[in-house]
Amino acid sequence: MCKDCGCNIVGEVRIDGKPDSHDHSHPHTHSHDHEHPHTHPHAHDEAHEGDRRTVPVQQAILAKNDRLAERNRGYFKAKGLLVLNVLSSPGSGKTAFIERTVAGLGDRLRVGVIAGDLETDNDAKRLRARGVPTVQITTGNVCHLEAEMVARAMEKIPLDSLDVLVIENVGNLVCPASYDLGEDVRVVLLSVTEGEDKPLKYPVMFRTAQVVVVNKMDIAEAVGFDRDAALRNIRRVAPEATILEVSARTGQGMAQWYTYLEERRRREKGHPPPPSPGTSPA
Amino acid sequence: MHEVGVMENALGIALKRAADEGAHHIHQLTMRIGLLSGVVPEALEFAFDVLTRGTIAEGATLEVEHVPIVCFCSTCRLEFQPDDLFCECPRCHVPSAEVHQGRELELASLEVS
Repeated sequence: MCKDCGCNIVGEVRIDGKPDSHDHSHPHTHSHDHEHPHTHPHAHDEAHEGDRRTVPVQQAILAKNDRLAERNRGYFKAKGLLVLNVLSSPGSGKTAFIERTVAGLGDRLRVGVIAGDLETDNDAKRLRARGVPTVQITTGNVCHLEAEMVARAMEKIPLDSLDVLVIENVGNLVCPASYDLGEDVRVVLLSVTEGEDKPLKYPVMFRTAQVVVVNKMDIAEAVGFDRDAALRNIRRVAPEATILEVSARTGQGMAQWYTYLEERRRREKGHPPPPSPGTSPA
Repeated sequence: MHEVGVMENALGIALKRAADEGAHHIHQLTMRIGLLSGVVPEALEFAFDVLTRGTIAEGATLEVEHVPIVCFCSTCRLEFQPDDLFCECPRCHVPSAEVHQGRELELASLEVS
């Protein structure tokens, strides 16, 4: 934890292997623009117990991250980017899902990735091998990504040449839930090997999902996955989420995801959706 | 959730505010924590005890106001408090996505002198 400004970027966080150049120059809330005069008629050198007073504060603890996230959001919007925050347990298949998405989209949408892990740049290597512009954040011990880390990482990626920016969060279903990164869409993955009650066990995370992807459907039968139970549980916690059932490995179910992305991107850029098939062109 | 980080943030806000108020001691911090915030109050207590040492909040008490979850069913036009973390409407039993209250994680007030 950074002692100066309370953010979680400490020396151990690295962007593409380089220590984060965290120069603490962001606007600090040393707000000396307070209007009230500091009249201290006499010096309080010892505590006067009788002078106790209650001071209302009413400030959100994560206000700083939320503010930075909104700043990110504004920047992404100006660039016409569709931004995803992809979350799951470790091993659910986030990177494979992103790899398959890139392969499946082909020329339809240009994708860049910010990948977050505690250690290694293995995910970035995999994605770069497919020609995806990727920045790797290694957090050291920090268990989630924060808006500030994303703001630093995006400086290293050619956003003007992209349509979609995917942020692959640290594999963790607990902490990342509370940190807005400035994304448009929160995608939470769970795989068929994790149990149908996963959404019930992690309601705080699943509730924030706009898309829930059930991955590894190619082995669902082999592991005795109860599809009805899983869908029921997802709907219980995230009643309005779009649910996709896919296999990142085989590609099954992914077509719907590509369509979803294209539609969302059109919306972000303010383009009207194309006429539905069957109607004559205007 | 990493309550140490949360408490460090909270304490930072408190110390700054106390300084602005010209206060020399913080006697109590009151936080409002919603049941959907993901934060564990007991872990906050532990972090509080450790982090306040050596500051003007040393020896202060931490008050936690638990904010209940309030959901809204748009079909029934009904606001309700679920017994659990799921917003199932008591009337139509359809889960609702609309949360009106329960995500709070804030420093509500300080008692200073």
